[in-house]
Amino acid sequence: MPVTPTSPAAPTPAPEPGADHTVGPGLEAVVRLVDGAVAIAGRPVLRGIDLTVSRGDFVALMGANGSGKSTLVRALTGLRPLTTGSLELFGHRLEHFDEWRRVGFVPQRTGAASGVPASVWEVVASGRLTRRRLLRPLGRADRRAVADALEVVGLADRARDGVSQLSGGQQQRVLIARALAGEPELFFLDEPTAGVDLPNQHALAASLARLKERGATVVLVAHELGPLAPLVDRAVVMRDGRVVYDGTPLADHEVHQPWLGEAHSHHHATHRDRARHDHAPHVASPLGTHPEEHHR
Amino acid sequence: MSTLELFSLPFMQRALIAAVFVGLAAPVVGTYLVQRRLALMGDGLGHVAVTGVALGLLTGTSPTWTAVVVAVLGAVLIEVIRERGHTNGDVALALLFYGGLAGGVLLTGLGGQSASRLQTFLFGSITTISVADVVTTMVLAAVVVILGVGLSPQLFAVAQDQEFARVAGLNVRAYNLLVAVMAAVSVTVAMRTVGLLLVSALMVVPVATSQQLTRSFRTTLVAAMALGTVASLGGLVISALVPAGTSVSPGPTIVLLALAGFVATWPVGVWLRHREQLRAPFPVDPDAPDGAVAPLCPEVVPGPADHRHDEEHVDHDHGPDCGHVAVPHGDHVDYVHDGHRHAPHGRHYDEH
Ligand SMILES: Nc1ncnc2c1ncn2[C@@H]1O[C@H](COP(=O)(O)OP(=O)(O)OP(=O)(O)O)[C@@H](O)[C@H]1O
Ligand SMILES: [Mg+2]
Ligand SMILES: [Zn+2]
Ligand SMILES: [Zn+2]
Ligand SMILES: [Zn+2]
Ligand SMILES: [Zn+2]
Repeated sequence: MPVTPTSPAAPTPAPEPGADHTVGPGLEAVVRLVDGAVAIAGRPVLRGIDLTVSRGDFVALMGANGSGKSTLVRALTGLRPLTTGSLELFGHRLEHFDEWRRVGFVPQRTGAASGVPASVWEVVASGRLTRRRLLRPLGRADRRAVADALEVVGLADRARDGVSQLSGGQQQRVLIARALAGEPELFFLDEPTAGVDLPNQHALAASLARLKERGATVVLVAHELGPLAPLVDRAVVMRDGRVVYDGTPLADHEVHQPWLGEAHSHHHATHRDRARHDHAPHVASPLGTHPEEHHR
Repeated sequence: MSTLELFSLPFMQRALIAAVFVGLAAPVVGTYLVQRRLALMGDGLGHVAVTGVALGLLTGTSPTWTAVVVAVLGAVLIEVIRERGHTNGDVALALLFYGGLAGGVLLTGLGGQSASRLQTFLFGSITTISVADVVTTMVLAAVVVILGVGLSPQLFAVAQDQEFARVAGLNVRAYNLLVAVMAAVSVTVAMRTVGLLLVSALMVVPVATSQQLTRSFRTTLVAAMALGTVASLGGLVISALVPAGTSVSPGPTIVLLALAGFVATWPVGVWLRHREQLRAPFPVDPDAPDGAVAPLCPEVVPGPADHRHDEEHVDHDHGPDCGHVAVPHGDHVDYVHDGHRHAPHGRHYDEH
């Protein structure tokens, strides 16, 4: 019999006081990846990734196509096993982490349809599974959360329609609503605004702003931040499977600047010995004076 | 013998009970298989179960139970191959299926059993079903229905989007295995009714039929169960009522009846989908000023005319009962007419 980790919808646990994973006074590390590497079919796709996301952070993960953003998000959600490194979510090592109701995920996807018709409401309601017990009907709180999530993405009037009848952007909004319905504290959104029109990007930005106020933590992959830009308080830029920039938000066009390129891939942000560190000990980097350089 | 007498015979009553349970259970699993685009999995498992039946005949144990065991083993193997994501998992499955069928036929020969004994399993022989088999059928089918309906939120989520289900903390592998095992069990449960070679039809065809008419998963599942039961019972009754002298076996009749249901609903489905498209609301133009959903008429706003006026049809008055499909469009109603939409505007119609 499959066993689902379920427990009564408990109130959000307060950050454990004095836990050893705090990164600063009062700041709990919600995500902590240390020296993470991922290989797909033997080919290294991510290497030497150190990423700590604190409670309440709004992180934009940026970079060119194929730079490893989705792979990183999939590694952080446990979908891609790490070849090396260690990952903690909410202070628990991934192997021991079972509070998945605290995590919401919007995959990078072109559609929400499958082989059998499914209504918009049904797909969004599946986001409540993290909080439902086996063999129990949807409760009133579940129904309200689903209705709220549909309201946020502006699809309340399409709830009874089949997902396959929606446009690509509308299906993307269904997937966003599905993650919202679970009322998580930590959101991973992989290009949630791709193919979504401007008014709905504004609506999504407004709802993410509300979540941010409530203390949610957001890791967002995006090529164009658009209306989400004011919410971002930290940008992480990837190139060729490494983090080449981690600091204050960048404007969309800056992400592809050459100075974020090769010269920075031996980034000295950490003092750890890296196996892949194939450079001679670096002297003053020509770009070392860049003001946005961010040391952790 | 009158019809009433026929239905009061114990063998017929056993057959009717088995038909109801099989008709309910097979489409439940079929729905999840179709959702994962694994519609032929039931067919493959049916082939594998042939070896199980032959093993039972060879060893003198109940063919139903040996078939359950072998089909479950086959289902688990298929799931493992699928999970490994081998590029030609497809071919591996085909090998398994042909191996199952050939092995079954070979084993039957070895055991000195006549081919006709195996035939009853290949094409079904619901009217020769024993009391013990009816009880087995009822229990296994009930388990499949209870699990398939009771766990439908979880099974739906896993089949809909595995990655999301995993991040939601569901044990995706366990649910996948559960569906595979349920498929194996339904195959063996249905083999006495429609036969191993036609099992898949009873799992998949009712789903294909109900999909024509439904927009949600829940109604698809429930409608498929209803259609499966109607086909299963109806096929049995039709085959029992044919005039003496001719013989119609229930298995193929059940499948043909299910297929007839699909053929009958096909035009309805086409019509429904067509209607749906006509009714699809027009997207709101994001750049338009508040409230102005429709492009403004050039008579009001000078500028490039991006819509034509349709002066040819002014003699027709669109309205609630004019016979054209009405589509709400922001602050007005458009009428679908010969593939375009008329919006009444003053004394003429704009095209939206
Ligand atoms: N399933 C896979 N099999 C093989 N290689 C993969 C797979 N998924 C990703 N990769 C490789 O990993 C690298 C990073 O891919 P990833 O999808 O993480 O990029 P991305 O930054 O999300 O790009 P995009 O902007 O296009 O979404 C790419 O070089 C890609 O070829
Ligand atoms: Mg990506
Ligand atoms: Zn006009
Ligand atoms: Zn016209
Ligand atoms: Zn009209
Ligand atoms: Zn209009």
